[in-house]
Amino acid sequence: MQMNDTRDIKADPAIVWAALLDPEVLKACIPGCQEMTGSPEEGFEAVVVQKVGPVKATFKGAVSVSDIVPGESCTISGEGKGGAAGFAKGGAKVALAPTAEGTQLSYEVEAHVGGKLAQLGSRLIDGFARKMADQFFERFQNVVEGEDDTEAPPEVAEVKKSWLKRLVSS
Amino acid sequence: MPKDHGIGASTKRREDVRFLTGKGRYTDDININGQAYAWFVRSDVAHGTLNGVDTADAAAMPGVLRIFTGADFEAVGGIPCGWQVTDRKGEVMLEPRHPVLAHGKVRHVGDPIAVVVAETLEQARDAAEAVVPDITELEPVLDMKAAVQGGPLVHDEIGSNLCYDWGFVEENKEAVDAAIKGAHHVTTLELVNNRLIANPMEPRVAVGDYAQHDDSSTLYTTSQNPHVIRLLMGAFVLGIPEHKLRVVAPDVGGGFGTKIFHYAEEAFVTFAAKELKRAVKWTATRSEAFISDAHGRDHVTKIELALDADGHFLALRTDTYANMGAYLSTFAPSVPTWLHGTLMAGNYKTPLIYVNVKAVFTNTVPVDAYRGAGRPEATFQLERVIDKAAREMGVDPIELRRKNFITEFPYATPVAVEYDTGDYHATMDKLLEIADVAGFDARLAKSKANGKLRGLGMNCYIEACGIAPSNLVGQLGARAGLYESATVRVNATGGLVVMTGSHSHGQGHETSFPQVIAEMIGIDENMVEIVHGDTANTPMGMGTYGSRSLAVGGSAMVRATEKIIAKAKKIAAHILEASDADIELKDGSFTVAGTDKSLAWGDVCLAAYVPHNYPLADLEPGLEETAFYDPANFTYPSGAYACEVEVDPETGKVTIERFAAADDFGNIVNPMIVDGQVHGGIAQGIGQALMEGASYDEAGQLVSGSYMDYTMPRADDLPFYTVDHSCQTPCTHNPLGVKGCGEAGAIGSPPSVVNAVVDALQRAGHTNVTHIDMPLSPARVWAAMQG
Repeated sequence: MQMNDTRDIKADPAIVWAALLDPEVLKACIPGCQEMTGSPEEGFEAVVVQKVGPVKATFKGAVSVSDIVPGESCTISGEGKGGAAGFAKGGAKVALAPTAEGTQLSYEVEAHVGGKLAQLGSRLIDGFARKMADQFFERFQNVVEGEDDTEAPPEVAEVKKSWLKRLVSS
Repeated sequence: MPKDHGIGASTKRREDVRFLTGKGRYTDDININGQAYAWFVRSDVAHGTLNGVDTADAAAMPGVLRIFTGADFEAVGGIPCGWQVTDRKGEVMLEPRHPVLAHGKVRHVGDPIAVVVAETLEQARDAAEAVVPDITELEPVLDMKAAVQGGPLVHDEIGSNLCYDWGFVEENKEAVDAAIKGAHHVTTLELVNNRLIANPMEPRVAVGDYAQHDDSSTLYTTSQNPHVIRLLMGAFVLGIPEHKLRVVAPDVGGGFGTKIFHYAEEAFVTFAAKELKRAVKWTATRSEAFISDAHGRDHVTKIELALDADGHFLALRTDTYANMGAYLSTFAPSVPTWLHGTLMAGNYKTPLIYVNVKAVFTNTVPVDAYRGAGRPEATFQLERVIDKAAREMGVDPIELRRKNFITEFPYATPVAVEYDTGDYHATMDKLLEIADVAGFDARLAKSKANGKLRGLGMNCYIEACGIAPSNLVGQLGARAGLYESATVRVNATGGLVVMTGSHSHGQGHETSFPQVIAEMIGIDENMVEIVHGDTANTPMGMGTYGSRSLAVGGSAMVRATEKIIAKAKKIAAHILEASDADIELKDGSFTVAGTDKSLAWGDVCLAAYVPHNYPLADLEPGLEETAFYDPANFTYPSGAYACEVEVDPETGKVTIERFAAADDFGNIVNPMIVDGQVHGGIAQGIGQALMEGASYDEAGQLVSGSYMDYTMPRADDLPFYTVDHSCQTPCTHNPLGVKGCGEAGAIGSPPSVVNAVVDALQRAGHTNVTHIDMPLSPARVWAAMQG
């Protein structure tokens, strides 16, 4: 499964970059993310609960960030094991470019699934991955653009405050 | 007047009463006091190094009795292969080890790695989630041609993915090459015989039991051949002598070939029951069946047919890659060779034939026999290339076939078999009549008026079944005999029990076998009971596959019954004070020829067991006989099929409008059961042609692993069939003159469907469409129309 897209974000590349590698932000933005710890340098550990078609599973996995060009681009790769549900693994090449209104974020995602996920859900995976990506970036945009949004999920609203605070204080 | 009893009567299937009222006793209905439950942890990658399996957390979970891994099976044998093919150079095939549980490496998605045995099924399943295999993924090899051209090795220790390179008949190769080179016309076709998953209604189940009091093991399993499982598992895997091992295959909900084979799960539950001293049960989920039942077909073929200017076939050459999957399943090597190459003459007098088959290991589920097993693959290639040749040469496809029909029997083909009987013109004549071919133009015009494309496709088929002479198959590499057995036990009160090595899992033996005995003795069919499926109470038999039950198992039963009748006549002769040569048995009564003296069947039976007035000096008491029957030849059912389709030009969707089958099965015991067998076979053939196809992604994941993505034919996909089996050239070498009907429908139907779709497209002006690979999904047909 492959997916390419771009997003225009009304925030400076520096802010987008910092958010992209912040475990708290990622936890809030990744749909179904229960835990997210670690750092870009050492890699992240994540627990994500998701349902793909008929298969619901808790994915535990490691996420690493490589090819880092600070403020510009990186490759995020990970593999999650979902026990009897199988596994999902993939990578995203993310690049940031400044625009008049903020940042253009472009990404190329490649993902594979195996085991029961592939057996039962293969034809649902494309749609599922697109939905995940859309939800992720919607939340991400919400966090980094810093606008008030009463409809945002509570975890997004919460991280928005704390993350901005940390960003400002650092 | 059709008969209402005995041979030739459409007696209703007595077994259906229990099947349709939920009273069948299947393997999953067997529950043994104290039984534990097994859950298999299977590889979710296609290829990898298995560094180890962490079972510590799982072992501590509630109810877990023990967790088994590959290391537990190092001391026992691997799963054996039952057929050894010898290649073009006289070398035996490469035969990699097939462990019960993966050890060192995993080789396909679904390869069993570990098994949790727990008090309950839920506990076993929960703990299985906590078993963590440590696998380093390796690049899988999926494409057969890539596999033999230096792709990653499925089995490192054998050094190649090429199981064998088989040439048949190797001595003919040069002559065939020369004939093709110099021919007036050569038609070439490259095609795929799509990979199928059998999907019997009942998934596989195995229950192992162990009796401490006599150190004996029992396996209850969903098998088509319990004696074969006992032999393979006892002798080659677990080292349990046959007198300490009982295998029971009770009611089995469909097999279609995929329940012939000896599977790791059977060996596992038998082994684990002995280790744990309690019964162990495993029931496959449907998802598990998709990745652990042997698949079928999966051939890629190039076929060339050489013709002279008058349309006579001169030579035939085929080049086939046959997928074996990751391991050799029980009869896998025989399917693309002896069950395929020997059928390439079809119904035709082609003097020169050369078949090359490369059998290849890939990181996929093992592939073995599926309804027809090799013969559908042969028929499909041949009948497609003939249709293409007719079109290229501008001749009528039926006339081209008729011109080349074999008409004199017995006929020795250039591919090592001898057809005993057949009448191919007769079945073709019958087909033209029942398919109403004369009315096609009118139906075509009607379809056109409705905006639909209509096509007519026909084909012939021949199959070799009733397998087979043991001495012949032994020469060809079979590691088993292929006789069949029956014990006929007459009880004191006149009823009979037939203990047969043939297994019934949908074929209706419990109805048709009694019809034969009732006819022979002249008694009511209901006086005969069929016992099968238990090695403890049936003689050694080879089981049910290859449309062999009536031809081979039925013949054994006839032979045993003949012995019964001969002995009964002696008893009757003694009581009637006559010579046994003068005794006649008719309508259940023994009479002395030319007199009015008679004795009822029941009286003779009673005398056999209460031998007060009995020739004890010359004759043992009792009335029970056993016969083993080893056939002299295969049987050769044949026929001609016709299919009419409509294609929607907007979407490419194909609808089967009419389907007709004219078969020659020799003599028929129960016409209704034969109709049913043909109907089922055609449904599976249409499934292959239009819908079914196992599909792997580039990582070796089975993406057609459920009914959401693997399309099975349903009632509304199928038309009413017109089937006829009035053309009968009885088999000359078995006592019933029967040929077998179980696989014909699946063998004969795919080419006529594809021929019909190509015909529809050609008639609509898509003259560049000469072939579409199965399954002919709307997407493929639509794409062909755009090209």
